[in-house]
Amino acid sequence: MTPLLSVHGITKHYGTHIGCADVSFDLYPGEVMGIVGESGSGKSTLLNCMAGHLAPDAGAVVFDTRTDGPKDTVTMSEPERRMLGRTDWAFVHQHARDGLRMGVSAGGNVGERLMAVGERHYGDIRNRATDWLDRVEIDAGRVDDRPTTFSGGMQQRLQIARNLVTGPRLVFMDEPTGGLDVSVQARLLDLLRGLVRDMGLSAIIVTHDLAVVRLLADRLMVMKSGRVVEAGLTDQVLDDPQHAYSQLLVSSVLQV
Amino acid sequence: MTDYNFAYLDEQTKRMIRRAILKGLAIPGYQVPFASREMPMPYGWGTGGVQVSAAVLTPEDTFKVIDQGADDTTNAVSIRSFFERTAGVETTTDTSAASVIQTRHRIPEEPLKEDQILVYQVPIPEPLRFLEPRESETRKMHSLEEYGLMHVKLYEDISRHGHIATSYAYPVKVEGRYVMDPSPIPKFDNPKLGDMAAIQLFGAGREQRIYALPPYTQVVSLDFEDHPFEASKADQVCGLCGAEDSYLDEVIIDDAGGRLFCCSDTDYCLGRRNAGHQGSSLPGNEVAA
Amino acid sequence: MYVAVKGGERAIENAHAWLAEERRGDATVTELSVVQIREQLSLAVNRVMAEGSLYDPDLAALAIKQARGDLIEAIFLIRAYRTTLPRFGSSEPVDTGSMECDRRISATFKDLPGGQILGPTFDYTHRLLDFKLAADGEVTEAPTRATSATPVPHVTDFLNREGLIEEAPHDDTEPPDLTREPLEMPANRALRLQALTRSDEGFTLGLAYSTQRGYARNHAFVGELRIGAVAVEMDIPELGFSIDIGEVTLTECETVNQFKGSKTEPPQFTRGYGLVFGQSERKAISMALVDRALRWEELGEDNVGAPAQDTEFVLYHADNIQATGFLEHIKLPHYVDFQSELELVRKLRREAGADQVREAAE
Repeated sequence: MTPLLSVHGITKHYGTHIGCADVSFDLYPGEVMGIVGESGSGKSTLLNCMAGHLAPDAGAVVFDTRTDGPKDTVTMSEPERRMLGRTDWAFVHQHARDGLRMGVSAGGNVGERLMAVGERHYGDIRNRATDWLDRVEIDAGRVDDRPTTFSGGMQQRLQIARNLVTGPRLVFMDEPTGGLDVSVQARLLDLLRGLVRDMGLSAIIVTHDLAVVRLLADRLMVMKSGRVVEAGLTDQVLDDPQHAYSQLLVSSVLQV
Repeated sequence: MTDYNFAYLDEQTKRMIRRAILKGLAIPGYQVPFASREMPMPYGWGTGGVQVSAAVLTPEDTFKVIDQGADDTTNAVSIRSFFERTAGVETTTDTSAASVIQTRHRIPEEPLKEDQILVYQVPIPEPLRFLEPRESETRKMHSLEEYGLMHVKLYEDISRHGHIATSYAYPVKVEGRYVMDPSPIPKFDNPKLGDMAAIQLFGAGREQRIYALPPYTQVVSLDFEDHPFEASKADQVCGLCGAEDSYLDEVIIDDAGGRLFCCSDTDYCLGRRNAGHQGSSLPGNEVAA
Repeated sequence: MYVAVKGGERAIENAHAWLAEERRGDATVTELSVVQIREQLSLAVNRVMAEGSLYDPDLAALAIKQARGDLIEAIFLIRAYRTTLPRFGSSEPVDTGSMECDRRISATFKDLPGGQILGPTFDYTHRLLDFKLAADGEVTEAPTRATSATPVPHVTDFLNREGLIEEAPHDDTEPPDLTREPLEMPANRALRLQALTRSDEGFTLGLAYSTQRGYARNHAFVGELRIGAVAVEMDIPELGFSIDIGEVTLTECETVNQFKGSKTEPPQFTRGYGLVFGQSERKAISMALVDRALRWEELGEDNVGAPAQDTEFVLYHADNIQATGFLEHIKLPHYVDFQSELELVRKLRREAGADQVREAAE
């Protein structure tokens, strides 16, 4: 089987400081990869390099495109990469504000990606937006309200709807539950798990929260100081960590 | 006014502007940056249109200027007399007799012909400006054809008002490629933009942009399939000439709020009256004094 | 019967005649001469030259007279006139190091070679209205001293010798001319400085002030402010060497700003620069502060989202001729646009009203 995403030797420096170094892995269709580590471990840098938000100093991010098969997204043209960004790829930001247009209604937020790919029937766009609000458990009556009037959890769910409406094949998530209350987090995780399963999504989730990866990720990479120190099946890594740092990470969670 | 070159601008400057115009014609709807000069009239008062007119005028041309459709509005008078003084060209108010027409906010009612040039004064050439204030970003959006945001705006209009709430400067897509601001003409005029026999040139002086529509260009007003674009005007007829098909101004005629609707295109209205058409507000047909 | 408003032409002529009369004011009062304006309102003349981008005190004085003292209108007259002038070429860079300084102060050193020269400044005047001036009071003559012929070195040169301030990289490429080429972003520093030197004094002052109050604060010291005449030299290809074509008075401000540094580079002060036609020190200092704020990116500073850091915002809004024209154009007729809005609002209201009636009926 061709991997959906194949990452080779991604390296990014900030001056003399290492952002991330020589990271490689394959992600297969329908698979969810978790990347964990403490803040400063390089996991967000890696995610941004893979999603095309940052230009890596070295390495390739090969995506299995619908039309041309596997293609390096680092070297592809900006129009092509932006096109991927609004069709096959989705990016869920930690802060919903970064991923939403706060001055645009919920319906407009969800509909934007549809319109960006040429959808021109207002009624259809609106129906699909309403349908998606329903799927992320937002009352359809709120379709014309702006996200500024939504709670943090609702904003995050709206951001997810906005990203998934065009049926992307790969979703990047940056601490999707960060900054939310514990009870809200649980509900969001539950929702995400349902969506990932129902849609057969492939995803890469960056988080410092091991509960998130335990629930969502099939495989896991543990990062420290910009490097991957351990990788494997989620259960394996969490239940029997080999690297000293992974052990520390797991034990510190268990103590809580 | 012999101290100045023909049509005020020096020949070097005119060549620079003509190059921008030619580039604009070659890439319909694309905004070409040009080194707009400081003109002896304020920015925002037609400096872009004036520079384009100055670059295309020849001594043999007949020049017409309209503002809000009318030849006798003060700014139209002022620009016309500027070219009378600096270029000595013949001027006219007759649409069909003009070879170059400079306009602000209207397209003449009478269809234009192949040997005519229509020059628009443009205040804000960037149709995406109020969605994205950053020039470097809007240029990127144009080059990558990222126009989703434009439709988000229209979507928001419909969800709030039930209609697309843009009534002038209504955005269009040119030849299926560039989204363009047609200058603040009422959307009633939008259908005239496409497939026009005359050359259409757009000049924005302060914003230093020129763009163009060559003759017979495809121009489509943005809309949704189920909320199609509609060219609308006041549901009235002209009180002076009885025209039903022309864009109308509303004039308040007495203290009691009495109103008269009349053609905004003064030449069109006069032509109809000379041909014997009469509206209900003319002597004998009066409704209000 | 209704008669449409006509006769723009006559109205315009009459307005012009009235304007001319108002400009003259009371005819029994002696008329102001252009020379008087040039000599006695010289700071206004300086501002018009600076923002008009044309060094000609007589024309600037004429413009001020014609504009009834409205300086932006006068700048506008100068700019429009400037458009019609041919461009012969560019001069050699002026050497402010060999300036004959009328004023030269440094806020960073108490004393320094060349000395502190206060010059003709308002700085330590008490701002008390001088009623003697109203009574045509005699002017007391200022004491004089022989000028020294030695050039006055730049303060930043002293700092540079010790490596304490960033190098100002030497660049011989001819700077772009924003009056001949469209302003395109991103703008390099030469272009930014050019835009700033002809920017509106009030706008630039406001931006500079905002940096001092924390909107992109950069801890500026006036390293040096100097005002005086410099020679303008131009290379004449036919002659094969450059000749002196005249003299202009300039105000130059060099600020010494907060230092930067990293693990590999030792800390150094940074620079802001202002250079303005005539004696315009408020403008020159403002310019230097804004220049420094706009350099955040090349100096590796954070963008804190302050207006003075935003090149597009600053350069697109700093020109008072562009601003005043566009601002005032809203008094031109817009009734075609307004009519279309009117129709739309009526339609939306009609529908809203109809909906209400329907709801009430149900």
